[in-house]
Amino acid sequence: MNFLAGTWVGVWLAGLGRITLLSREAIASVLTFKFSRRDVLYQVYFIGIKSQSVVIVTGAFTGMVLAAQTYFQFHKVKMDTATLAVVSVSMCSELGPVLTALMVAGRVGAAIAAEIGTMRVTEQIDALRTLATHPVDYLVVPRLIAANIALPLLTVESMSVGIAASYFVGVYLLGIEPTYAWWNMLKYSHDSDVMIGMVKSVVYGGIIALIGCYKGLSCSVGAEGVGRATTEAVVYSSITILICNFFLTMLLEQLCVIFGL
Amino acid sequence: MIEVRHLNKSFGAQRVLEDVNFRIEHGDSVAIIGRSGGGKSVLLKHIIGLLQPDSGAVLVDGENIVAMNERQLLRVRRKFGMVFQGAALFDSMTVAENVAFGLRRHEHLTEGEIARRVAATLDMVDLPGTEKKNPAELSGGMRKRVGLARAIIYEPQIVLYDEPTTGLDPIVSDSIDKLMIRVRDQLKVTSIVVTHDMRSARRVGKHVLMLHERKIYANCTPEALFASSDPVVRQFVDGVADP
Repeated sequence: MNFLAGTWVGVWLAGLGRITLLSREAIASVLTFKFSRRDVLYQVYFIGIKSQSVVIVTGAFTGMVLAAQTYFQFHKVKMDTATLAVVSVSMCSELGPVLTALMVAGRVGAAIAAEIGTMRVTEQIDALRTLATHPVDYLVVPRLIAANIALPLLTVESMSVGIAASYFVGVYLLGIEPTYAWWNMLKYSHDSDVMIGMVKSVVYGGIIALIGCYKGLSCSVGAEGVGRATTEAVVYSSITILICNFFLTMLLEQLCVIFGL
Repeated sequence: MIEVRHLNKSFGAQRVLEDVNFRIEHGDSVAIIGRSGGGKSVLLKHIIGLLQPDSGAVLVDGENIVAMNERQLLRVRRKFGMVFQGAALFDSMTVAENVAFGLRRHEHLTEGEIARRVAATLDMVDLPGTEKKNPAELSGGMRKRVGLARAIIYEPQIVLYDEPTTGLDPIVSDSIDKLMIRVRDQLKVTSIVVTHDMRSARRVGKHVLMLHERKIYANCTPEALFASSDPVVRQFVDGVADP
């Protein structure tokens, strides 16, 4: 594999290898309870509670615009009352988890990379190691667990707010008949749509935390290094989420068919 | 006891340490001196396992830490306390939280006991009553004292100092020197001080190791070093630039 050394493929593969090793170390730490519950709680507060305003605004306006656009198209073929059904399925299985993850990647992924990157360039991570504390136990694992707890909760919030906002727009602004619209939404939305959204949000939480931590831990020296790590954390998290979304959709839909969900 | 055997380290094409050998007995106090960028801090970081050498061995109480992984090193590092050049305080925590960090992570104590130990340690480094301050509110000398308090609170056997007086005025430097001597004598710890402050090396070190051109050039007492007629040693001791 030496012919790849120094090429972008080689650098990419090396990065992939390092993030895999970081994931292995983090999972081993989780399974052996080497983390502090207090640190996890603080991170749940930081990732979950403090991201709510961003997630609520994103979910609400996405639901509203989706309702309006769907209505404008469906109205032409007299299918107005199917609007909420389309919004509901889209918000639960696709838009809710993906948009929540992208917003959290922008807010939390950047903050994680900047905080850990600054700790690295000011020798605070070396100080942790001299105090007999593994950086993965103290920095990575609480963020990973917290992101896996917070993302599904934020996603449910985004779904709910999006559907409620779409109901408001559809019924009160566009004049859709509420009883049929509600009945159609319940008829065409399934438990599996919510379940797919939940599974995706757990995966995206892991992606945001691991990429943010990895970029912070591997950032180069100086203010420029921290800035680059922060940018890369957001860009790589977002791209990874979008790519994973396609494969997860294909996989989870197939699993739902196989298991008859 | 710390023993370094045939230690070699390069960063890319730049060789920093070459066949470094020395031994430090328990309770000793050693100053590592040498020119800026000469590899002193790199050597110190090898002693605590923060850096891995290209070859050679570092033995701490007979255990070769070079062969250990990061998790195995955590056990050995509990014997050490380290004071960093820039103090490396956790800037999201107060002074008390910084100092208590090691206790909270590794010892099962009540909050009252932790507060008592923190107050006693801050008192020892002449910073009583600073528990609630943030690192950003402290001067350079105070930050180093807090760094020292954090390093010694769990009573390590060995304390490493990375340029503890760099960037401080002579009066604060003198107080840091006195503090290092007090810690050494009261806690009976092994002290290893990286410095290019010759006055500090003379006061704190019972032995001096001089790094020159990647190797240990001199290993002697401070008195012998200052009395040496060797041109390389004299140039460093007298602080004379190359012509």
